Amino acid sequence: MASISGTNVGAHGHDHAHHDEPYLTPKSSLWATIIDWATTIDHKKIGVMYLVAVLFMFFLGGVAALAVRVELLEPTRTVTTTVNGETTVQITGSVMHSVGMATDMASAGDWYNKIFTLHGLIMVFLVIVPSIPASLGNFLMPLMLGAKDVAFPKLNLASWYIYLFGSFFAIASAVVGGVDTGWTFYTPYSTITDAGHWKVVFMILAAFILGFSSILTGLNFIVTVHKLRAPGMGWFDMPLFVWGMYGTSLIQVLATPVIGITLLLLIFERLFHIGIFDPRMGGDPVLFQHFFWFYSHPVVYVMILPGMAIMSELIAVFCRKKVFGYRAVAFSSLAIAAIAFVVWGHHLFTSQGEVAAAVFSALTFLVALPSAVKVFNWVATLYKGSIDLKTPMWYALGFLFLFSIGGLTGLFLGALSVDLHLHDTYFVVAHFHYVMMGGTIIAFIGGIHMWWPKMFGKMYNEFWGQTGFWLVFIGFNLTFFPQFIMGVHGMPRRYASYVDEFLIYHQLSTVGSWVLLLGFLVHFFNFVHSLAAGPKAPPNPWGALTLEWTDAASPPITHNFHHEPVVTHGPYDYDDVVPAQTKPGEFPLPPKAEGRTVHVVKAGH
Amino acid sequence: MTSFPVENSGLGAAADRPYHETYRQAEHFRTQADEFDAVKLGVWLFLATEILLFSGLFVFYGIMRMLHPEAFIHGSSLLDWRWGLLNTLVLLYSSYTVASAVRCAQVGDQKGLQRNILITFVMGLLFLVIKFVFEYAPKYAEGKLPGFWYSYPNWESPYEPLWWGMYWGATGVHASHVIIGMGLFVWLYIRARKLHFGPKHYNAVEGVGLYWHIVDVVWIFLFPMLYLIH
Ligand code: HEM
Ligand SMILES: [Cu+2]
Repeated sequence: MASISGTNVGAHGHDHAHHDEPYLTPKSSLWATIIDWATTIDHKKIGVMYLVAVLFMFFLGGVAALAVRVELLEPTRTVTTTVNGETTVQITGSVMHSVGMATDMASAGDWYNKIFTLHGLIMVFLVIVPSIPASLGNFLMPLMLGAKDVAFPKLNLASWYIYLFGSFFAIASAVVGGVDTGWTFYTPYSTITDAGHWKVVFMILAAFILGFSSILTGLNFIVTVHKLRAPGMGWFDMPLFVWGMYGTSLIQVLATPVIGITLLLLIFERLFHIGIFDPRMGGDPVLFQHFFWFYSHPVVYVMILPGMAIMSELIAVFCRKKVFGYRAVAFSSLAIAAIAFVVWGHHLFTSQGEVAAAVFSALTFLVALPSAVKVFNWVATLYKGSIDLKTPMWYALGFLFLFSIGGLTGLFLGALSVDLHLHDTYFVVAHFHYVMMGGTIIAFIGGIHMWWPKMFGKMYNEFWGQTGFWLVFIGFNLTFFPQFIMGVHGMPRRYASYVDEFLIYHQLSTVGSWVLLLGFLVHFFNFVHSLAAGPKAPPNPWGALTLEWTDAASPPITHNFHHEPVVTHGPYDYDDVVPAQTKPGEFPLPPKAEGRTVHVVKAGH
Repeated sequence: MTSFPVENSGLGAAADRPYHETYRQAEHFRTQADEFDAVKLGVWLFLATEILLFSGLFVFYGIMRMLHPEAFIHGSSLLDWRWGLLNTLVLLYSSYTVASAVRCAQVGDQKGLQRNILITFVMGLLFLVIKFVFEYAPKYAEGKLPGFWYSYPNWESPYEPLWWGMYWGATGVHASHVIIGMGLFVWLYIRARKLHFGPKHYNAVEGVGLYWHIVDVVWIFLFPMLYLIH
C-alpha cells in the first residue's frame, strides 16, 4: 500500500516527511510557528484560528449582553421630587449613570442603545454566521470527505483575513463610540443618526466585508463537496454534517450578494445622500427592510442549518444508530434553503399591505415543515438506540428541547393576527434566542465537545463537561423563558425602562444570565485544563464511523490521511460495522477493498 | 492500491520551457480534470453572486422608476445616448478580444494571447476615459449630482436628485467592476508573459474572461435602462 506521501517524495523534489506529523506540531522557533500559522493554507489550522476568533468574539458579545442585562435589573427612571418648592431631578436604576458613563436620562438611554446594538451586531455577523461553518466546517469537511484540503486552500486563507479585516472595522466603530441603530440598520434612522460621523459607515462596512468572507467560504465548500469526495463516496454516503454545510453554503452564496448591494447603497445614502431610502427625496425607507430581510431571513438558516448538521452527527454517534430517514434529513436541508428565500415578509407584517402579509404568513408556515421533519427524525433515531449520555449527547438533547420551543414560537409569530400583538416585544427576542442560542450555539458547544479530541488530541473532563451543560441549560431557560411571558404582556424590546409589572421577569432574566456565564466559565476552564493536562485522545474515542474518526489520527497529520481513504460503508452503518475502541495510532478499519463491501469488525471489548 | 496520480508533478519550474512543464497541479486534487472542473465551478458560483448583486441593483432601479416615472424619464433624456452607445461598442469589442484570448490559450498561441489581453485592457481603459471625461466630468460641473449634492437648475420633477443618485450609484458600482477587471488583466498579462497558460491550463484566462463578460452584460442592461427607455 503506497501512501500519499510516499508517492510524492522525490516526485515534488522536496521532502514530505513533515507532512506525516500531527498538524499541531510547532515549528523550530516560536517566530517560525507564528509565521507558519499566519500563512497556512491547511484547512485544519484555519478552522482552529476561526474557532479561537469566534469564541473570542462570543466573549466580547457576551460581555455586552451581560451589561444589557445588568442595566435591566432595574428600570431606568427620572425621579422628580419637590420639597419646599425646590425641585430635584434624579436618575434611578441606571448602571450606566451610576458608573459615571451617562450624565442624564437621554445619555443613559443612548448608552443602552449602543450596547445592545453592539451585542446584536457582534453575535450575528461576527459569531453565529461564521461560527460553525468557518471553524468546525473548515476543520471537518475535508476530513469527512476523505480529502486533503478544501478545494481552494488559498481562498480559504483569504476569507480568514477578510473576516479579520471586517472585524477590525466593527471593533473600530465600537471603540470610537459605537452605533445605536440596532443590528438591523433600519432606515431612515440609520442614515441620519450621528450625521457627519464615520462610526455608522464603519459598522455597515464591517457587515459588508464580512459578507465577502462568508461568500468565499460557502463557495469553497460547495466546490469541495462536488469535487473532493473520496473514491466510493456517493452523494448519499456523505455524512449529514456535510449535507447541512452544503445547504448553508448555497444560502451564503445566493443571499449574501443582495445584502452586499443593499449595504453598499446604505453607505452611499449616508455619504452622498442619494435618496433611495429617504422619503423627503422620494425614496422608500421600507424598501430597506425588504432588502435587509431578503438576506437576513435566509441567513437565519445559515445560522441554524450548521447547528442541525452537528445534531445529526451527535445523535447518530451517541445513539449508535443509523439516522432515521437519512434522505429526508438531507433533502430537508435543501428544502429549508429554498423556502428560506420566500418568507422575508414576515418581519414586516406591520409595514406592508394586507394581501402581502397574508401570503407571507402562509409561506412562513411552510418553512417550519422541513425543520420539523428533522426534529422528528432525530427523535425517532433515539428510539431503541443505545444512548450514551456524554456531554455532546446532553447538548443534543438540549437542542431538541430548546429548538422545538424556538421553532414553535416562530409559528406564533408567523400567524399574522398574533404577530400584530407580539411584534417588537420581548416575545420576538425570546423566540430568536431560543433558535439562535438554544439551537445554534448549543449545537456548536456540543460539537466542540465531540470533536475536541480530534482537533487537539486531548480528552476533556466528562464531569465538568456535564456540569457546564446543566449550568448553561438552566441558565439559558432562566434568562429567556421569562422573556416570552413579558412579551405576551406587552414589554417592548429595546428599552432601558419598564413598568413595575415586569420587574420580576427582568430580574429572573438577569440572574439567569449570570448562571449562563458560570456555565461558560466551567467549559472554558475545562478546555484549558484539557489542553494543558488532559489525557491523550485515541483516534476514535466515541467509536464513530465517519472518516475523520476511522481513518485519521487525533490530531490528524498535516495531510489528513496516511492512505487515501476508500469508503466501504455508510457513515451510520452501526448495525453492520462495529468499530473497536482503539488505542492511539491504531485504526480499526483500514481501507481494503474498492466499492461498498461491508467490513464486520469485532468490538475491542 | 490507491495513490494520487502524479503525472503533472516532479518538474522543476523553468520559465523558458513551454507552459505545460512549469504547470504543477495542486496536490489535493486527484486528477487534473478534477482541478479544472473545480476551478470552473468556483468561477461560475462567483459569477452567480455577481449577477445577484446587480439584480439587487436592478430591482432598486425598477422600484424607484415605478415610484417616480416622470423624474426618471426627464433625467434619462438629459443623458447623451451616443456616449452610452460608444461605450457599449467598446465593451462589446472587448468581449470579443477576451474570448479570443481564451481561444489563443486553448490552442497555445502565446503571442495572440498576450496581444488580446492587452487589447482588452486598453478597451477597459477607453471605457473609463469616455465615462469620466465625457460623462462624469460635465455632469459634475453642471451639478447633476446624486441626491443632496444636486444643484442643476433646470429640473422638471422634484425627484430628479433621486434619479441622479440611481445613475451615479449604478454606473459607479459597474465602473468599479471594470477597474477590478483591468487589475485582473494586468495579472493575466504578467502570467502570460511567463508562459503560464496553454491548451491544458487556461483556467485563469477563462475565469477572468467570464468575469469580463458579466461586466459587459451588466452594461448591456444598464445602457437601455439609463439612456434609452423614455
Ligand atoms: C421554525 C421556523 C421559524 C419561524 C416560523 C419563524 C418566524 C419568525 C417570525 C414571524 C419573526 C418576526 C417576528 C416579528 O418581528 O414580529 C421572526 C423573527 C426572528 N427570527 Fe424566526 N422563525 C423561525 C425560525 C428561526 C430560526 C431558525 C432563527 C435563527 C437561527 C430565527 C431567527 C429570528 C430572528 C433573529 C428574528 C428577529 C429579528 C429582529 O427583528 O431583530 N428564526 N421569526
Ligand atoms: Cu424570518
